[in-house]
Parts: sequence; structure tokens; C-alpha cells
Amino acid sequence: MTQTPSPAAGPTVGLFATCLVDLMRPVVGFASVKLLEDAGCQVFVPKAQTCCGQPTFNSGDVPDTADIARGVIENFEEFDYVVVPSGSCGGMIKHHYTEVFVDDPAWLARAEALSAKTYELISFLTDIMNVTSVPASFDGSITYHDSCSGLREMCVKEQPRALLTSIDGVTITEGEETETCCGFGGLFCVKYPDISEKMVDTKINDVIATGADTLLAGDLGCLMNIAGRIQRRGLDIKVRHTAEVLADMSDAPAIGEPLDKA
Amino acid sequence: MESMSPEFKNNARGAIANDPLQAALGKLTHGFPKKRAEAAARLPEFDDLRDLARDIKDHVLENLDLYLETYEAKVIEMGGYVHWCSTAQDARETILDICRKADAKTVTKSKSMISEEIAVNRYLEDYGIEAIETDLGEYIIQLRKEPPSHIIAPAIHLSKEQVADTFREAHQDLDASRDLDEPRALLEEARAKLRDKFIHADVGLTGANMLIAETGTNVLVTNEGNADLTNNLPRVHIVLASIEKIVPTLEDASTILRVLARSATGQEISVYTTFCTGPKRPEDLDGPEEYHVVLLDNGRTDMIGSEFHEMLRCIRCGSCLNHCPIYKSVGGHAYGWVYSGPMGAVLIPNLIGMEEAQHLPNASTLCGKCETVCPMRIPLPRMLRKWRERQYKSELGSAKARWSLSAWAWLAKRPALYRPMMNFGIAILGQFGGRGRFKSLPLAGGWTSKRDLAAPAGDTFINQYHNGARGDQSGELMRRGVIK
Repeated sequence: MTQTPSPAAGPTVGLFATCLVDLMRPVVGFASVKLLEDAGCQVFVPKAQTCCGQPTFNSGDVPDTADIARGVIENFEEFDYVVVPSGSCGGMIKHHYTEVFVDDPAWLARAEALSAKTYELISFLTDIMNVTSVPASFDGSITYHDSCSGLREMCVKEQPRALLTSIDGVTITEGEETETCCGFGGLFCVKYPDISEKMVDTKINDVIATGADTLLAGDLGCLMNIAGRIQRRGLDIKVRHTAEVLADMSDAPAIGEPLDKA
Repeated sequence: MESMSPEFKNNARGAIANDPLQAALGKLTHGFPKKRAEAAARLPEFDDLRDLARDIKDHVLENLDLYLETYEAKVIEMGGYVHWCSTAQDARETILDICRKADAKTVTKSKSMISEEIAVNRYLEDYGIEAIETDLGEYIIQLRKEPPSHIIAPAIHLSKEQVADTFREAHQDLDASRDLDEPRALLEEARAKLRDKFIHADVGLTGANMLIAETGTNVLVTNEGNADLTNNLPRVHIVLASIEKIVPTLEDASTILRVLARSATGQEISVYTTFCTGPKRPEDLDGPEEYHVVLLDNGRTDMIGSEFHEMLRCIRCGSCLNHCPIYKSVGGHAYGWVYSGPMGAVLIPNLIGMEEAQHLPNASTLCGKCETVCPMRIPLPRMLRKWRERQYKSELGSAKARWSLSAWAWLAKRPALYRPMMNFGIAILGQFGGRGRFKSLPLAGGWTSKRDLAAPAGDTFINQYHNGARGDQSGELMRRGVIK
């Protein structure tokens, strides 16, 4: 823990920002830090973090995944909790590192220990830190996309809705297909672009039907896929990570919007 | 059946551009999944039953040799015959042999995916024996010379107008101006055509939803009653089933029946559930004089103990297809072989080879929906990934994709190099991403062919954070000129 921790004396949290947030959308990282600090955590952002290993894991490359996973374990096992602003990368650390080390007892034990303290950001705030409301403001109509891994691996469903609706005036208009995959799937969307396009259009048509002007979700991969397709179709729907709204950082440009528009 | 699986990408593209198919698939979304959810909600112990059903099949697979032998002994005791077949060809020859001994001219068939797997219709026809599908959906696709596009709803890819056209072409003896607008009219016409076939068939060939070891019984589940006419009316009944269909007891069969129809169609139980045991006994009024069971392996024993072992729990309910966003986008024919959807993507490479079917395990977002609705709790996403592991080890797939992945992994393992490389990349992208996103980008064509790519929103998070930006907004430092 070399960096200056946050001032609070709460549990230590290692923030695994995810490579997409790090590279493409830093505001989600800052929003995560703010939400965690407001909840009383001491937040650390290890500088040596890169990727969770999911692209290699889902491509069948177990040896490289194991190497990447060792790095994550070494960088994060000292904290009380590991928090990830993504159900997908969180799911990778929580559920799949143990699969990678199934024949390596020493690393398996460390992977299991890390798994036990790894959480997706929003559910960590509600379920572990007992956050019930956030001091934010938002004027816009919201619909929500349940990212697959967040929903099915990390059990994230009601938590973001509870925190979002704690904001004055915010209501969520649910689509019929909130739990349907958006067609991102990591490398899937570039390997099978036609199917991915069909899936993301199904998702977007469902979003349009809600009449909401903003789509929120907890995974940047899904969000970039949906936003990119919304913009390609010339639609005027803003796409953001849930944490941006909860941390009151929604004056930053939405995903894919130019900086000077803010 | 010859596989079209290597053409998966083209098949999928064609399917997406096929409007009638898309209309048919659109109906699926609001049909079976909704009914399944309602049926599951009406039965509080549904999830407990799924656990029980899983445990039954796990136990069977652990003791498969024992139960198969018990089953065989019981079938023989009840007056039937059991034929062990290792390969599809063995099974075809065995069926032909039984038909020839029965001097059969026509064989009626109730729906059987195993009969599709071994392509027995064409084989029998090559030897001058007419095989007639009697399930309505199978009858339709047989007329159209198409494979099934769904394991329980073989003609789900067709509209009723397409079926009407097919019937007009096939049934030219009927009045050309007859009204075929309503599904009921189509059903009546097929029923009238099939009635005669049922009565005159020499052999009835059915599948089996289960084989019960303690009684030597095969279980048949249909909604049309066609299986009952197929197994009762002809002189010879052939049951074609794969070895993993075994369950130990009647009690076990009824447990699985309780999850089967609910998962498949949302029914509490299918309209007809039939238990057939041996040939007609002296005191029986009707039934076949001969009862044969053709037991097929066709690669399944190789799956036992492998990473695909649990796939052998599958009861072919079709729930994973009905809930799969890939299946719902492209339909069953795109998969290019007999099975489709997540179960097909796991099973097909086992049956026709990993190379031939290499697309199928990759054409998934691993969204996990299938596993949540599988009555047998088969970890389908994990097994799709296991195929990818095998492919990776065998160096299947494009060299470019492997190279890109290795390069990423190499960097991801070396934070000290990763950081400056990413800084460099982000700076370049940032230079050109002033409009917030890219319409096209070199090396990112797979992405930008269909969607814009959001440009990086400034310096990386890690850099900004470690340079002292604490809780600042994205891009704020950039705007203030702190970071270029």
C-alpha cells in the first residue's frame, strides 16, 4: 500500500478499475473512488494493474490467463476488499480465477481468498457498506441494462436500481429485455459482427420503447457497444455507467460524446 | 446429415437477412420463454426438482454400464430385442436389417433427434423403404427436404403461409382452391394424409425421451399422439435411442417428466406421455408383435469423464435454444447440423469434430442465460469455453486473432511496459478522437463496421489518479491543460 490512502479509517479497498475504464472512460474510475470514499472506505488504486485476463480466458488461453491472474492476485490480495466497477471483470476475478488454478493448490488458495473479498462496485456499496442513498442530482429519464455477468455471476439486479431511485426525482422505466445480452461478448462482437449487430439492435429497440433519454449499466464493454451502435444509428440517447450518475458526475460528456459538448 | 457448420458465419448472415425467418424467431421470444417462466413460477419446488433431476442423471452416468445392462436384461425379459450400435452406420444398418426382415415397404416415424443424427430416412429410402415423418413439424420439413431448425419445434422457422405453399405443392391431388389460411386447416390436411400411412405402415420407428432400467420401458412424450399411432399400429416397433437416455426407475422418470415439459413448452405435462414395454402380450388387444431397441453410442462414451461429461444429462427440452440470444438471432439452420443453440454448440463438436464445428463454441457471448434455464443445470457456458481451450491448444482459428491476443496478454503481464504503451496509444487515439468517437479505425474494422467507437476521454484513469487527480471528472485535467 504505497500510495496515500483516503482519509477515512474504514476498510481498505483495492479498486480494480478495469482496462476499459482506465483507457477509455476515466470518469468511471473517479466516480468509483468517490462513491467508495463517501461510503467510508480507504481506497487504493494499485498502479501495476492492467487487465483481469478475461479476453484470454474466454479465448481458451489458460496459460496466459493464469499469468495475468497471478499479477492481479499479487497486487490486490493485501486489501480487505477488491472492488470492480464491472460485473464482468469482477466475475472473472471472483469466479474464474479458481478455475484457472484448479491444478495449482498454492495459487488456488490465493485465488479463493481473493474471490471471497471481490465485489462489483454498486452491490458492494449496498450489500457490504450498507449505502442506501447517494447525494446526487440527475434530470433525465433512465432505463437500465442488466449486464450478463453482473446479473448472473455477481447477482447485481436491485442494488443499482435502489441507489438510483434514492436520487430525488429519478425513476427508472424498465424495458422488456433488460436481462437480454447486448451482443458485446468481448471478442465476440468483432468476430461475429452481424450477429452482434442484430443483438445490439434488439437491445436498442427495447431501450427506445421505454422512451428514456439515458441508458445506464454497470459494465463499460456493454455500454461502449450500445453507445457505439446508438450513435451509428443517429439516435439521441445518452449512455453512461451507473457510477457516474450515483457519484454526481453526469455533467461529463456521455459515452462517445465530444468533450466540448459538456 | 452433411454438416454446414463451417459456413456458420455465412449461414448467420443469411438468416439475419431472411425476413420470414426473423418474423418466426421474433414470435419465439414471447412464446416459450414466457410460458416456461409462468410454469416454473406455478411450481414452488421447481428448482428443487431441477436439482433432483440433475442428481438422477449424474448417478446414471456414474453407473452407466450397470444401468444399461439392467435395462437390456429387462427388455429381453419382456420379449424385446436390444441392438448395441457404436456408430451411426451401425445403427442405420441395424434398422435396415430389422425393416428388411419385416419385409417393410413403409416406416412411420415419430419425432426423433437421434434419427436425424444418423440420417436414417435417406438411408432407408436408398434401399427402397419409404420413411414417413408423422410429427406435424417433421412432416412439413420432410416435404420441404429441410433439416429441423429446433429440437422440439422442427418447423419453427416457417410461417403458416410457407407451410400452406408447401402443402399445395405436395398434395396436388387435393382441390387447388382449398382454404389453407388457418393453422387448423393445415393440421386437418396433414392428419388426413397421415391417417392412411399410420394404418398401412409395416414398421414404426420412434425415439425415446427416456429408457427406464427397472422395467425395460421407453418413454415417449408428444403433443400430437403421433408416437402412439407409430408404436401401436405397425407390426414392428423400433425404438432408437442414445445410451444416455437411461434412468434407473419409474420414479426417476416421473421426476424428469416434471421438469421436461415445463422447461420445454411451459406445459405441466405434455399432452401424450406414453410408456412402452416390450411387444404385445397375449392378453393385449393391440400393440406391436416385435419390439426392438437400437441403442446408439456415436461418440457419447468418449464424453464420459471428459470436460463435456455433464452434457450427457441433457433431456432435449429446447429451453436453452428458446432463451439464447444467438439462437433467436440466427435460428437453428445456421448451426449447420442436426442440433442447434447452446446445447448444439457444445454437442455438435463432440459428434462431428471440433474442426468442422469450430465456429459454434465461439459464436456465443457467454451471457449465461442458458444455464439459468436448463432443467438439468448443465454448465453450458463453461463447456463452450472448454471447447475454446481445446481449440486454442490445437491452434485452430485465425493466426491474426491469436497473434493479437498473445500481444495483449504479453503486455497485460508486464505492467511496467503496459502503462507506457497504453499512454502512447491513448495519446494517438486522443489526437484523432476530438469528435468523441470514431466512425472507422484501422485494425478495429470488426467493431467499426457496425458501430462507432467512443474515443478515449483523456489521459488514462491510473495516470490521472496517480498524478493527483482525486475525484476529478474525466477530461477535466485535460481541459485545464494539466495533461496534454
